[in-house]
Amino acid sequence: MTSFRGRILAGALTLVATAALAACGSKTTDAASGTGVSADVSGDTVKVGLLNSLSGTMAISEVTVRDSIMLAVEEINAAGGVLGKKIQPVSEDGASDWPTFAEKAEKLISQDRVAAVFGCWTSASRKAVKPVFERNKALLFYPVQYEGLEQSPYIFYTGATTNQQIVPGLDYLKAQGKKSVYLVGSDYVFPRTANKIIKAYAEANGMTVLGEDYAPLGSTEFGTIVNKVRSSKADAVFNTLNGDSNVAFFKEYTSAGLTAESMPVVSVSIAEEEVKGIGTQYLTGQLTAWNYYQTTPGAANEKFVAAYKAKYGAEKPTSDPMEAAYVAVHLWKAMVEKAGSFDVEQVRAAAGGITFEAPEGTVTVDGPTQHIAKTARIGRIGADGLITEVWNSGQPITPDPYLKSYPWASGLS
Amino acid sequence: MSTVTAPTGRTPDPAAGGRRRNLLPGAGPARAAAGFALGAALLFAVAPLALSDFRLSLLAKYLCLAMVAIGIGIAWGRGGMLTLGQGVFFGLGGYAMAMHLKLADAGPGELPDFMQLYGQLDELPWWWRPFASPWFALPATVLLPMAVAFGLGSLVFRRKVRGAYFAILSQALAMAMVILLVGQQGTTGGTNGLTDIQGFFGYALTDPVNQRMVYFVIAGTLLALLLLARQLIQSRYGELLVAVRDGEERVRFLGYDPASVKLVAYVVAAGMAGLAGALFVPAVGIISPAMIGIVPSIEFVIGVAVGGRATLLGPVLGAVAVAWAKTALSERFPGGWTYLQGLMFVLVVAFLPGGLAALVGLGRQRGDDPDRRRWWRRRRRQVPAGVGTTVPVEGAGTPEATDGAGLAGARTGVTA
Repeated sequence: MTSFRGRILAGALTLVATAALAACGSKTTDAASGTGVSADVSGDTVKVGLLNSLSGTMAISEVTVRDSIMLAVEEINAAGGVLGKKIQPVSEDGASDWPTFAEKAEKLISQDRVAAVFGCWTSASRKAVKPVFERNKALLFYPVQYEGLEQSPYIFYTGATTNQQIVPGLDYLKAQGKKSVYLVGSDYVFPRTANKIIKAYAEANGMTVLGEDYAPLGSTEFGTIVNKVRSSKADAVFNTLNGDSNVAFFKEYTSAGLTAESMPVVSVSIAEEEVKGIGTQYLTGQLTAWNYYQTTPGAANEKFVAAYKAKYGAEKPTSDPMEAAYVAVHLWKAMVEKAGSFDVEQVRAAAGGITFEAPEGTVTVDGPTQHIAKTARIGRIGADGLITEVWNSGQPITPDPYLKSYPWASGLS
Repeated sequence: MSTVTAPTGRTPDPAAGGRRRNLLPGAGPARAAAGFALGAALLFAVAPLALSDFRLSLLAKYLCLAMVAIGIGIAWGRGGMLTLGQGVFFGLGGYAMAMHLKLADAGPGELPDFMQLYGQLDELPWWWRPFASPWFALPATVLLPMAVAFGLGSLVFRRKVRGAYFAILSQALAMAMVILLVGQQGTTGGTNGLTDIQGFFGYALTDPVNQRMVYFVIAGTLLALLLLARQLIQSRYGELLVAVRDGEERVRFLGYDPASVKLVAYVVAAGMAGLAGALFVPAVGIISPAMIGIVPSIEFVIGVAVGGRATLLGPVLGAVAVAWAKTALSERFPGGWTYLQGLMFVLVVAFLPGGLAALVGLGRQRGDDPDRRRWWRRRRRQVPAGVGTTVPVEGAGTPEATDGAGLAGARTGVTA
């Protein structure tokens, strides 16, 4: 038993030593101690990080974003690079797992010393990496539409915030004379927050929300929800389902006898890539709200679509998040060139007002929010799987992540 | 709950020395102490000097996973309970810690950032309030998981739920916990979890020096848990636990209550997972449902299986090796690392059923030990009179007839 006591003593000593070492660190009350890791720009190349899920449930969507970023990098390198340096992409797999995203972000910043990171899809992954970028004072370009209510000094948001996608979608439904909606979404942060905004909008605009249902991510059981939707006799459905669930939902929806004519569905997470997977027979005539479609007119988009198909195959569609990721790389290049430096603070200072002739049309970086002004577009899914625009906002909408300019949204944040 | 009715006094049997297993090479106390010192030297001296801040913080994360693995090693390796839901306890510990740190970050009287965003709450929910006090939150990281494990274990083990049924039940619990957390976005952070944790009891986690401190706390805790586990495994209770694993009904006939024996191991494993979760939070800065659901729960078990579940060090080595391989492979081959990881698991299961521990000779599987039979015979002679004397032959008798004595030999299945 003495050896046992000896071991207990050793353990106690370990803990005491641990506590002693613990006293060495700095307190939170000390001056901000975050040490920025500066990018390595000593050679004739500059590294950028690509942080996307290449495995796991999100891979099917995020791989297309990675491909799109690679296309932009190639284009920039072919045109001489950024400030005379060729871009060297470093790809990491976030594996659809949020702590892994944080780990890989840290790796890209501290080990690879990249000048900027492009990627993340889900809000959860963005929330996981946000402290990492803020702590290291490094830059993330986030290319996906999201639920707003965020404004990090070290993130540029090149996808739509709510007032550039969801609010215009609701405006469109209202203009079409729809008085009641039913909300269906996956059970995570984006749908729940989006639906909160939709309910506030509906209340202020004389619309009724007849029901609100959430299915777990990846759920394929929609019999009950579709029955509830049908018996609610709503004028329209607002759909924030993500991924595979859409396949099951729309099959069930169609077999329940509901059509785009009788009860249109506005989806905010179904782009060209997903339309292919769900099957056009279930989707023809349904509506989507985005900022870009493969069919968006303009020379910039023709060039983008042609380049993408040439690189990855003629059957590959282009979609909104892919376009936003492509735009992000070009915007970063423009910021760096305006700043004349890869230094993060100088790049941020130079960002406001930068414009780019994007495939979706002209986009402008809004300095204070670090979001970009984008044109909202409502589209109708065609039998060929492509989405054609039926309405747009006419001009780019200034980003308002906290919906401060909307009186009805005052209670939301 | 009744306690284990272990007979008092050790058997002064000369063969008793054979019960000390090869938990470490040589297995003697001296060798164990040497091994412990080597581990301490590696963790406290070599690793901090050899690794960059980033790699050291990854090691801190791996060591947290290793703590869960020690518990699984006890519950599964020694106790035969396939705990496929340890994520629940890891999550309880992690959330308890993260809730306290979020409240500390927010300051007194303020709401955590995500509650203001998603919850539209005017005041803190009642069940958050106690976590403002470190004197509640810190013990809760360990005691809360233990209490849940105690509640669940009492129900499950008394009803003789085991094997695949127990594994499925643990999985269901993990699933239920994830659904609960995701659904209550306003008060739990939903899928995002609790992120952006800035301070750890007054120390800024953004400071690399403090990250190092967190690493040392974690390394120290891991060593302490290893000592605890070694003590537990080598005790009389440890023997009984293995006996329950290998022949639950026989132990019952001997007058012990297998449910209590299993319950203790399950509760200890839950406490270890809770502590690991609590330390994971300052090391990684996030706890989310993604870390506690079915997939991470299975990954914990994979680490233990790869390392060698019935040994003391096997689970630790396995957990660290699997986590390290995941990082290393995914950095080298971001597109195809999952295939390599799968291949690795297949190879280990096919060619190293005893795990990595068998490879380096860290211990033999309990079940292969011929000594055990002799131990059984010895112990059977010591059964107190009156208990186990009317034992029916296994498989015979009705539940009604045997229930009174707690010797339901016939009820080997699940009685829900």
